Amino acid sequence: MTDDPRDVQGNAGPEVEGAGEASEPSTGAHMPTMERSVMGTLGVALMGAGLRSARPIQKIVLGSVGAGLAAMAATGRNPLANALKIRQSADGDTLVSDAVTIGRPAAELYAVWRDLAGLPRLMTHLERVEVLSETRSRWTVKAPTGDVSWEAEITADVPGERLAWSSLPGEGIENSGEVLFRPAPGDRGTELIVRLRYRPPGGTTGAVIARIAGEEPAQQLRDDLMRFKREQEFGSEPTTEGQSSGREPATSSSPKAGQA
Amino acid sequence: MKAIIWQGVNKVGVENVPDPALLLPTDAIIKVTSTAICGSDLHLLDGVIPSMEKGDILGHEFMGEVVEVGRDVKKLSVGDRVVVPFNLACGVCDPCRRGLFSACDNSNPNHRMAEALYGAVSGGGLFGYSHMYGGYAGGQAQYVRVPFADVGPHKIESGLRDEQVLFLTDIFPTGYQAAENCSIVPGRDVVAVFGAGPVGQFAARSAQMLGAAHVIVIDRVQGRLAMAEAAGCQTINYEQDDVLVALREATGGRGPDHVIDAVGMEAHGHGPGALVDTAKQKLKLSFDRITALRWAILSCGKGGTVSMPGVYGGLIDKLPMGAAFAKGLTFKMGQTHTHRHIAPLLGRIEAGEIDPSFVITHRASLDQAPELYKTFRDKHDGCVKVVLNPWA
Repeated sequence: MTDDPRDVQGNAGPEVEGAGEASEPSTGAHMPTMERSVMGTLGVALMGAGLRSARPIQKIVLGSVGAGLAAMAATGRNPLANALKIRQSADGDTLVSDAVTIGRPAAELYAVWRDLAGLPRLMTHLERVEVLSETRSRWTVKAPTGDVSWEAEITADVPGERLAWSSLPGEGIENSGEVLFRPAPGDRGTELIVRLRYRPPGGTTGAVIARIAGEEPAQQLRDDLMRFKREQEFGSEPTTEGQSSGREPATSSSPKAGQA
Repeated sequence: MKAIIWQGVNKVGVENVPDPALLLPTDAIIKVTSTAICGSDLHLLDGVIPSMEKGDILGHEFMGEVVEVGRDVKKLSVGDRVVVPFNLACGVCDPCRRGLFSACDNSNPNHRMAEALYGAVSGGGLFGYSHMYGGYAGGQAQYVRVPFADVGPHKIESGLRDEQVLFLTDIFPTGYQAAENCSIVPGRDVVAVFGAGPVGQFAARSAQMLGAAHVIVIDRVQGRLAMAEAAGCQTINYEQDDVLVALREATGGRGPDHVIDAVGMEAHGHGPGALVDTAKQKLKLSFDRITALRWAILSCGKGGTVSMPGVYGGLIDKLPMGAAFAKGLTFKMGQTHTHRHIAPLLGRIEAGEIDPSFVITHRASLDQAPELYKTFRDKHDGCVKVVLNPWA
């Protein structure tokens, strides 16, 4: 991978253009048709089970959960996604973005991100990135169901300013994203903005389940950005891993007493 | 080693735990020669600070001798005698470079926990003060791991005793910053201090050092008020007097130019407001009891400052914001930027302007600490400040 300045912005697909627009309507989006029909079937089945149940509590719980699912399927809207502030585009993609200010020059930070093979060090949920060519790469993430992999293409590359990529059609999880490097006012370094867009497996429901399980990119992104900031500014992350506490058994002798 | 362990709400004990080890090349290990119980430790004892875990080592006011340094530590060597700020700061992030050490971006490994409660910000880590503040093991122990060892610890090279410099780690800078935040006009401004605990005592004396024309201290415990009187402060016992009337009278009807709330979230107070606060806190509808803050706002003179070194935890309602608006008050608050105060305050101690050991009423071993936590909490036996010797 070279650091040659180049601009392949001409390749930017519509998805990346969309990811760049912060003002896009973001919640209460329509669920894909497949998700709606699955949810509708499940809702009706639960309502039926509720009605058949002999126990009043079950009648109420199953009946109302079923009615809720059926209503979500009928309207195509998922109020849980709204309540959890999961942002979605009009066509059902999940949008994730966050930002951090880092006290280093934009060129340095850009160089770290442009080394795609090194990205798994920044983003801990990334298993590996294999660089295939100047603009092509293969990304692998760990998922509960096993590794998921896709080929991605760099769609915009403005050294020190912006890097955007998009998965190729029909590959693993459809996704795209961009990183912006913007000088911060004063001597505060660089504002780093990351915007991701992906189509979660299981649609809106999948995104809700992932969020509740703490496995959703919005949460991971925040942690990754803070980790990156700390490595760039201080050189390491703070840690308390392995410190002494009353939760671990004491050693019988006190080796430090000798040095004291 | 021996350490004071948080064992649950209202349960503190002495346990044998593993010695600390260097975890990062920027760490140092310090043999603790003196440590203290802080008023804010009582919030942990009472269980009003969330995210404590059984087995946590307590303590954030401590000093001692360096016994081990990581390979990247440049300013400290084995054998150095140091005081250690209670908060952790990386020294290189934007807040640290602006002197806002307690707001360090990088020293709290559990930033997400703090952000969940406080929005997209987290303060720096604190020693021995809940996992929301980083979950760092504290210094009420025989040894302690000190991260960011080139940034926090300050060497003591003069022959001052531990008791004269120990409080540079927290309560002296905390009281001082509270007074400094008032922007006192020397010879003119009258300062009232709510709370005559250790921080209130240092706030009152710092206000005097910064030139306050008159300092008034408010509390309900006679021994604490006597300690403030010994420094030349006027005192008001709010259980015997109507505090708002007494403060008007003491200031010719103007109200104090600045008011320091050195009480914070667990104010006692009395009257219907205090009862409502207590009930809400017990029902977990609120973290904070705000009698002292209400009185501070209501008593403060026009254009004055309400300075808040006392800790608040969550959301507050029934705050007299109309009064604050009508009088054009300025609010100043926040954790102490300890790092920036240590050198100048050490200079004042060395110059003989103040001997911080005046505040100590109890000296004990670690084994006696659990009992003294309760004595301090209940303000029994004239207890204002407890200093522990981990090797006694």
